[in-house]
Amino acid sequence: MIKLDSKVPEGKLSEKWTNHKFNMKVINPANKRKFDIIVVGSGLAGASAAASLGELGYKVKVFSFHDSARRAHSIAAQGGINAAKNYQNDSDSVYRLFYDTIKGGDFRGREANTWRLAEISNNIIDQCVAQGVPFAREYGGTLANRSFGGAQVSRTFYARGETGQQLLLGAYSSMNRQVNLGNVEVFPRREFLDVVIVDGHARGIIVRNLVTGELEKYASQAVVLASGGYVNVYFLSTNAMNSNATAAWRAHKRGAAFANPCYTQIHPTCLPVHGEGQSKLVLMSEGLRNDGRIWVPKKAGDNRNPNEIPENERDYYLERKYPAFGNLVPRDVASRNAKYVCDEGKGVGGGKAVYLDFTDAFKRIGIDAVKDKYGNLFDMYANITGFDPYKVPMQIYPAPHYGMGGLWVDYELMSTIPGMFVLGEANFSDHGSNRLGASALMQGLSDGYFIIPYTMGNYLGTEKPEKVDVERSEFKEAQQNVEENINKLLSINGKQTVDSIHKRLGHLLIDKVGMSRNEKGLKEVINQIRDLREEFWTDLQVVGNAKSINQTLERAGRVADFLELGELMAIDALNRNESCGAHFREEYQTEEGEALRNDEEYKYVAAWEYKKEGEWELHKEDLEFENVKLATRSYK
Amino acid sequence: MSEKNIDLTLNIWRQESPEAKGHFEKFEEEISPDASILEVLDEINNRLEAEGKAPIAFESDCREGICGTCGLVVNGHPHGPLPKTATCQLHMRNFKDGDTLYIEPFRATAFKVLKDLIVDRSGFDKIQVAGGFISFNTGSAPDGNAILISKELADQALDAAECIGCGACVAACKNSSAMLFVSAKVSHFALLPQGKPERYERVQSMVKVMDENLFGSCTNTYACEAECPKGISVLNIARMNREYFMAELKTGTDE
Repeated sequence: MIKLDSKVPEGKLSEKWTNHKFNMKVINPANKRKFDIIVVGSGLAGASAAASLGELGYKVKVFSFHDSARRAHSIAAQGGINAAKNYQNDSDSVYRLFYDTIKGGDFRGREANTWRLAEISNNIIDQCVAQGVPFAREYGGTLANRSFGGAQVSRTFYARGETGQQLLLGAYSSMNRQVNLGNVEVFPRREFLDVVIVDGHARGIIVRNLVTGELEKYASQAVVLASGGYVNVYFLSTNAMNSNATAAWRAHKRGAAFANPCYTQIHPTCLPVHGEGQSKLVLMSEGLRNDGRIWVPKKAGDNRNPNEIPENERDYYLERKYPAFGNLVPRDVASRNAKYVCDEGKGVGGGKAVYLDFTDAFKRIGIDAVKDKYGNLFDMYANITGFDPYKVPMQIYPAPHYGMGGLWVDYELMSTIPGMFVLGEANFSDHGSNRLGASALMQGLSDGYFIIPYTMGNYLGTEKPEKVDVERSEFKEAQQNVEENINKLLSINGKQTVDSIHKRLGHLLIDKVGMSRNEKGLKEVINQIRDLREEFWTDLQVVGNAKSINQTLERAGRVADFLELGELMAIDALNRNESCGAHFREEYQTEEGEALRNDEEYKYVAAWEYKKEGEWELHKEDLEFENVKLATRSYK
Repeated sequence: MSEKNIDLTLNIWRQESPEAKGHFEKFEEEISPDASILEVLDEINNRLEAEGKAPIAFESDCREGICGTCGLVVNGHPHGPLPKTATCQLHMRNFKDGDTLYIEPFRATAFKVLKDLIVDRSGFDKIQVAGGFISFNTGSAPDGNAILISKELADQALDAAECIGCGACVAACKNSSAMLFVSAKVSHFALLPQGKPERYERVQSMVKVMDENLFGSCTNTYACEAECPKGISVLNIARMNREYFMAELKTGTDE
């Protein structure tokens, strides 16, 4: 039975982290090298954690399913990273970043965590500059900023449309330095398949070597999961092909509570779906909303070339409905409104797409300036669609992008399994029910560079865990568990492919647990997912064996976990009888169609404890707001 | 978006293991011009799996041209015939009805074929571990604006840092040289003031490990730049040579 203790420190919000850092135990430099730490994942959170833990002297092992640690999906983040530097003298502050993030998350995040994130944001920029990240600069040599959704200040730092790549290469280079110095060892092409628990604490992991197929056991005194987000559960999403929930889900089944799984972000600026054979959806950075204007024809069924539709026959619906924020409303609001206009038949060609138009920006700042800011995104668009966005407005539509939910963690980022910390998108913290743009990079690096180095010391200093041997029965049991799972997948011998079942799961979820949900649909979909899971385990075809590279087997394991997670997402969405942020329940909306929260009954984090397949117990962490007044979000 | 489907003949490299002898397998496919070449492979694989046959092993991840995971040689060109385009961004509308395609893995002594179209590029990581970083501990950074860097310099550094580490330069080079890759890394750091203190040690360590990992020498044919999906310039190689030369003068070692 899980007991949630958020461990949020007492005291003034602005002093909590400072005081807590002082109150936590520290380990003297000579003793740090006696501790082995496992980090799963090498994205922004994992690589930065490995680098800074290595710098402190811990012995770190990093595991990644990629061929190189540098390929983690953080690399694809385009737009930027927020910080409260106030370099633009536009009245930004730690408080404003905190407030925007809490409000953007529709008051479903933990105040203390969000404050800490805003407080640390400035250190991250300094850190990244020092390690050589080539951020965009002004002509005078200072750092440049752009604005992003959900904020009225310009606080986003960027490197063209490749900010994630540059930040990840920064973290990767710091980690490589520790590899060079012998503090960090990297194990690529290894997939995490189970966590090993000894006397109630996480003490190791089981991975599959994706080249030889062998199962390998590794022991440590603490485990850090930084394995990314779970929205590939929808099949079509902006996540990379290999992004998956398996590490988080297997840990969940070993006792880590999963929080707010229904908070999934559907990102407004993605390329529309072109056909059944499509493998993934491509995001166009939200940064584009700075200079691009979103519109649809006023008349449903207006199939004219967009350049021939005159101004007065266009509906710039975001600017019309939300004059204060215009095209820069938060993601959930932008996505929902795109869905509404398309549901009314006003989408491009009557389908699922709206225009993102740069004509005004070309006139205002010139084509060259637009090219300088977004050149690579325009190229990518032209490449994929075959249309030139310098000549014809882009077409966009929302796509699953980010999971605000994830494994529950306390203030020190520890899950409900002692000794197992969860960082980055894999945890649920900081973003409430909707994440603002340019905040994911901030959170990943904040967790890795500036939080885990402190909280890890506190855990190790308090628990003083002994080293354990991989020959212990707990390791053998976990390995056997993994082996049985693999053998089961290989022996079904049915007719359906992994992808075909994954696609069907995706259709179910995007229809009923996507941009809007209702009770009837959620109840239906829970049964449909159960049936699909049954089909999966009786009629799946996994070709080949487990003794070498077998990508079908890898995907089968991940889809098996998605089929369980999908059910929990629906259960969570059904439980939450309110609309908040990205979770929009049709029964709960204002007369104007905006999300209607129910603070009295649902001002809590829903943390689900796994009991057995298809059965969970709900634990509630009440959210206390001492520093902000709960208000209805308004971007009008 | 879609026009008429096109018919293509695909000859795809199959190789069971690093030791096994490989061969081309022929597929006749009707393809949507909106599909990417990787989506064509997805479709073929889905069919092969449904028939209980082994799918074609190939790697990809972001499918947005930034992670550097994918990399196929299409009709002799790493990442295919389109300039400045990663394999995942190669869409079938670039081919004509009736075309024949040959799809192979990146080939180089330093890149062992693991299976079908998957190769081992771990040599790249080893080179970066040797010196591709700025020695700097978390927590001690001055304010971001304390170091002023001109826009021009920051842009140049980013031009080099955009390298996605895919290995197309190695596959394109008749010598399997990794000079474009290594020089992009060296240039990124050498251009920035933060990277200056270690510039000489860095270039020496990285070049040494590059040589140890069976990458060949550069003979200035520039095939690397022509095939690079990010258009990384060979000027970086000139810069690296200069850095290396200066380093040898400073340290007096000659290996």
